[in-house]
Amino acid sequence: MGSHGIKDRVAIVGMGCTPFVEAWEKGTDDLLIDAAQETFASAGIAKDDVDAFWLGTAQTGMSGMVLSKPLQLQNKPVTRVENMCATGSEALRQAAYAVASGAYDVAMAVGVEKVKDGGFQGLNAFPVPGDGTARTLTAAAMFSMVAPAYGHKYGVSEEEMRAVLSHIASKNHYNGARNPRAQFRKEIAPEKISAMPKLAGQLGVFDCAGVADGAAAAIVVRAEDAYKYTDKPLFIKALSMVAGNGSGVIDPEYDYTTFWEIAACAKDAYAQAGVTDPRNEIAMAEVHDCFTPTELVLMEDLQFADRGTAWKEVLAGAFNLDGRLPVNPDGGLKSFGHPVGASGLRMMFEAWLQLRGEAPADRRIPETDRKLALTHNLGGYPGEMVSFISILGNELG
Amino acid sequence: MRGILGYGAYLPYRRLDRKGIAPVAGTGGGRGTRTVASFDEDTTTLGVEAARNALRATPGAAPRALLFATVAPAYADRTNATAIHAALRLDGGVPAIDATGSVRSAAGLLRLALEGGSSALVVGSDIRGGLPGSGDESAGGDGASALLVGSDTDGPVLAEYLGGASATAEFVDRWRTPGDTRSKLWEEKFGENQYLAAGRQAWTDALKSTGLTADQVDHAVVTGLHARAVAGLGRKLGVREGVLADDLAATVGTTGAAHAGVLLASVLDALAGSEAAAGKVVAVVVLSDGAEVFLFRTTEALGSYTPSRTVAEQAAGGAPIAYGKFLAWRGTLQVEPPRRPEPARTSSTAAVRSTDWKFGFVGTQDRSSGAVHLPPARVSMRGGTVDDMEPIPMAESVGTVKTFTIDRMAYSPSPPVVFAVVDFDGGGRLPIELTDMDADQVKIGDRVELTFRRIGTADGIHNYFWKARPVRTASSESAQEA
Repeated sequence: MGSHGIKDRVAIVGMGCTPFVEAWEKGTDDLLIDAAQETFASAGIAKDDVDAFWLGTAQTGMSGMVLSKPLQLQNKPVTRVENMCATGSEALRQAAYAVASGAYDVAMAVGVEKVKDGGFQGLNAFPVPGDGTARTLTAAAMFSMVAPAYGHKYGVSEEEMRAVLSHIASKNHYNGARNPRAQFRKEIAPEKISAMPKLAGQLGVFDCAGVADGAAAAIVVRAEDAYKYTDKPLFIKALSMVAGNGSGVIDPEYDYTTFWEIAACAKDAYAQAGVTDPRNEIAMAEVHDCFTPTELVLMEDLQFADRGTAWKEVLAGAFNLDGRLPVNPDGGLKSFGHPVGASGLRMMFEAWLQLRGEAPADRRIPETDRKLALTHNLGGYPGEMVSFISILGNELG
Repeated sequence: MRGILGYGAYLPYRRLDRKGIAPVAGTGGGRGTRTVASFDEDTTTLGVEAARNALRATPGAAPRALLFATVAPAYADRTNATAIHAALRLDGGVPAIDATGSVRSAAGLLRLALEGGSSALVVGSDIRGGLPGSGDESAGGDGASALLVGSDTDGPVLAEYLGGASATAEFVDRWRTPGDTRSKLWEEKFGENQYLAAGRQAWTDALKSTGLTADQVDHAVVTGLHARAVAGLGRKLGVREGVLADDLAATVGTTGAAHAGVLLASVLDALAGSEAAAGKVVAVVVLSDGAEVFLFRTTEALGSYTPSRTVAEQAAGGAPIAYGKFLAWRGTLQVEPPRRPEPARTSSTAAVRSTDWKFGFVGTQDRSSGAVHLPPARVSMRGGTVDDMEPIPMAESVGTVKTFTIDRMAYSPSPPVVFAVVDFDGGGRLPIELTDMDADQVKIGDRVELTFRRIGTADGIHNYFWKARPVRTASSESAQEA
């Protein structure tokens, strides 16, 4: 028994990602077709060359036919997957394992979400019939409880915490301003972020990721076949997933300054990839910055900073584009918005661009000898979440 | 000996200053305040709170029937008392019965209980309103009372029932078609004459049947919706000076079906725990479609009875609510709802599986690790044992706010939502909505207790569950420590 991973057995050989926007003029089918076409072209293959598909969508449609109909796939297996906000990552994970198992030669992961047809702001989960006793808080409110808890534990004043959170948002907007696929392409000064009226706890609108429509996709093959498709494949080093038991919500020992699931997921991912010193081995990370306090705590759970120190590192610029470990160089959820089924693949798309040296010069991560990128995608709330981490590299070994 | 074994009243937290009515409605209002049920309360939840107060003060009480009276039932065509029954975790063999319609329903249930054979918890509950600026809106109050009735074989009798009398009269001085929010009234003098005649008749008959004279009555309460008749009869009872009790009109308002119980509780509160508690004759007069009179004599047991929350303490507490908000809570003033999807209706099948949790706030405790699970779980979060848990009733637990948030985006009938992570003294944690407080009042370390509320209504199904509210009374804090 054990989590062995599939290090260097599967490679990503093609990727695509639509702009993440309020796509009033595009439906789910359009988004899927756009992302798929770009991805097929990227890998230099046609749809019939793909043996099996995994479609990630949280609530835009049911079943694999959400993909097979618009793409007119003929007699192909398509599996629809859902794992809350980590849905897109989960699609890739399933496709990669299918290839690693030997069941298929070429598999495709597609993620999509058409959020803006709902008529309400924000993300709204479809109702599951229940006894009426479940919490009805917004995600913003749940994550807002992290900031005061962290501040209280580590002696960070309210003013300092405000500066930390605004730095995170401002940093991500700085990066997103340089990304043509991002929804919000303006730099926003930390002072402006700090001055916004509060929506939930101490979080203002700029502390929250927006929503958007979008799709992204990847094609995976066995590592030994990778160079048939591209000169610059990305090799999968680790795919880790933890679905929490929800105990944080009801366990008095949980203190809202960490996400247990993510710390465990990181440990597993680093073990799969053979990473022993993440801070010096990982060139960049895309993390799930759904709310600014989330990104702060992630820096510690992902071992990018020691416990209680991430806030200082944030302020020192450690995770800026030119910092010691750039985080969300594409602008993150903050700049993109969050089409739930697509976001995990959008994160990998940035790793694809950066590790292949294809990111535009104005948001390229610093040259180092580090060859790994990490993507982190979560779904749920503090105390009860699913966590996904991938580690990707542009070299074998 | 039969009589009152225990009692409790519940007055909701909010107070409407009657001076606030006329500037908006252009008419109405007056002096003093009235109680206002919160947006998350209805007559069923008010009744639960009153019943909890009664049962908390009467350890070991096991009523053999639950009788619930209200003029403003939360549901038609199904029983409302069953939700109270579930919240109190009464045995399935205990019948729960509604009597809805008029203030008289409550007096009638009390009479049936007092003259019946087994013990019964008689709950009266009301939310009083009317059109903006109306006399009913101003004079009314919201509240509930619960009287535990039984014999000395059921427990110590606090006030022995000596006897009483009824006078039933058919006359239309107030009426309302079901579904209307407004009652209409006949010319005032007509009702006054009818009530004074019925009241005098019942009063005379009650004294005669018990062999008492009016000057032997030590405390008298008179209530009903016809204020002039109530005041007039009070003057004509022939009781000694100072015997007629405050009707709480200036602070609480007239709480309809609840009010006789509230006033009786108030009288008993003043005697409870004192050496002079015993031997006092207490008269209760209800004017509603005739008159009902009840006569009691307090016993020594009242001297050692400690009310859970006195009427006086509750009447003196509370916080103001603006008239506009009051109208919005009542649905009279339609305000823009939050631009969020409305919650789905509660699943009746899911709710029935979790009755102990949803209505009774019963969690489970893992036998091996002691970890408390809210809601109940079959597999322990600590150690993973399966189906090795004890039910743990938590509704009377007090907890501490560990952290909190104010959610200005979540759907609520009255935003913003104040939500706190609460750690309970006996173990267990639950993120739970806070109520009966303003958003800027909450802080880490606050002590909170549980209160039964209506979370919302979807497709006509009321969703009942528990919220937490600040501990504001010394007695509830000490009750927990005991």
